[in-house]
Amino acid sequence: MSSRTFVALCFLPLAIFTLAFLALPLVRLILASGESEAGWAIYLEILQKPRYLSTLIQTVVISVLVTIAALAISTTAGLFLVRNRFPGRGILLSILTLPLAFPGVVVGFMIILLGGRQGLINQITPGHVVFAYSAFGLFLGYLYFSIPRVLLTVMAAAEKIDPALEEAALTLGASPYRIVRDVLLPALMPAMIAAGAIAFATAMGAFGTAFTLATNIDVLPMVIYTEFTLSANIAMASALSVVLGLVTWAMLLIARSFAGGTVAAGG
Amino acid sequence: MLKSPAKILQLAVTLIACAFLLVPTLQSVLAGVTVNYFQGVKSGLTLKWIGEVWTLYSSSIFLSIWLAFCCLICTLFIGVPAAYALARNPGRMSRVLEEFISLPLAIPGLALALALLQVYGSVQGFRAHWSFILVGHVLYTLPFMVRSVLSVMAAIDLKTLEEGAASLGAPAWRRFIDIAVPNALPGVLAGSLTVVTLSIGEFNLTWMLHTPYLKTLPVGLADSYASMRLEIASAYTLVFFIMIVPLLMAMQWASARAQRILT
Repeated sequence: MSSRTFVALCFLPLAIFTLAFLALPLVRLILASGESEAGWAIYLEILQKPRYLSTLIQTVVISVLVTIAALAISTTAGLFLVRNRFPGRGILLSILTLPLAFPGVVVGFMIILLGGRQGLINQITPGHVVFAYSAFGLFLGYLYFSIPRVLLTVMAAAEKIDPALEEAALTLGASPYRIVRDVLLPALMPAMIAAGAIAFATAMGAFGTAFTLATNIDVLPMVIYTEFTLSANIAMASALSVVLGLVTWAMLLIARSFAGGTVAAGG
Repeated sequence: MLKSPAKILQLAVTLIACAFLLVPTLQSVLAGVTVNYFQGVKSGLTLKWIGEVWTLYSSSIFLSIWLAFCCLICTLFIGVPAAYALARNPGRMSRVLEEFISLPLAIPGLALALALLQVYGSVQGFRAHWSFILVGHVLYTLPFMVRSVLSVMAAIDLKTLEEGAASLGAPAWRRFIDIAVPNALPGVLAGSLTVVTLSIGEFNLTWMLHTPYLKTLPVGLADSYASMRLEIASAYTLVFFIMIVPLLMAMQWASARAQRILT
């Protein structure tokens, strides 16, 4: 057996598996979205029916807000942890990266423990605040699993910045604010764009968290789920899935062109 | 360390973020071993709820472990040779192929599950079998294995090593088994731990693919959150933490180790 044949054989298990379980199902999904009475106009319907359009906008708005908040928090914390060595730093770092492997349902439960009817905030506030099942609860849930993902990417990038750049700026008389604005942020920008896109994409597709929390609010994955299971509207569920998949895939593709590598998704 | 207001602000943000992530986790751990959560810890500590979780959900826990193990075998069998082939043929086609198999990272699990259901949902023997969930898990974890192995294989000088072996008369398959795989072991290890960790926690795909007789651990979690009392849900979450936290720590250690080879 020649070397070339062997290398080709190495592709074989991958080729069989991905053709059968990735390529074929994705093609079927796209075709199924055009099989309702409306045909391919179903994509127009998504934009015309207020129910779908408002859900789509709502999902995008929450995802954008989560991305901004996660970037702000994780960049601040990440820079701090990279630039300072102190006792307990390792523990803080472990706490901040721990939720990386939590499934979305667990994150949802964490928010219920914070803001649910038996939650901590409800117990310690006089006014009995319950926010777990609102848009704000969903926002916090998405933020919960976005912080570790963004933090890891930002910290990896921050470690590569040459401290000499900051020192040079300092000797030239730059204020701390100017150093952050003119030295650190530009150097971190590619990583922040990449991390932001991952946070956005994960929030767009997060099903588990929404499944646990979204009783009063519709986000796209929940609407897909109900269209499929309750209404048996397979064409619409497929079409919405295609839209969701395209948006997230495009976001990640843009991010990949700015910075390589992908942090573990999930949720 | 705390020389300026900016530093104090940074520390405050870090600590608040830590509290936000940690406090509910601790609450959950505590609630899982508290006799009555409404009355608080003063009602006493107990392992009763963990016992209940065990009687209710032990089959889910074992199914998840079994799936993670099978998923690891599948991703090793599919992913390691594929990574080797990609490392041997770097170029535009390989980039496209890698991008294609990474699609399950970008496309939400729900959409993938929907796609799988439409093709194979009517194949009865398959639909109701655990291997249907396994397919979903392999689909989702495979890119992590391929990338992890590929990055190490691309960093070591595979070409020179293989030429040496070839000049000594080693055929292609021996060079793969004796040269490429042992040299890429840190990547294989990091990939394996990632695959097992992600498979045990996978919910998005699994929720759509599972049947009432095949509940995995996270599906059981969702079930307990919806229908059980807070103590049982918390105890089950605690069981999940006990399983996932060591795996997560091992995964981060192995990834850091593999990273060191790359730099």
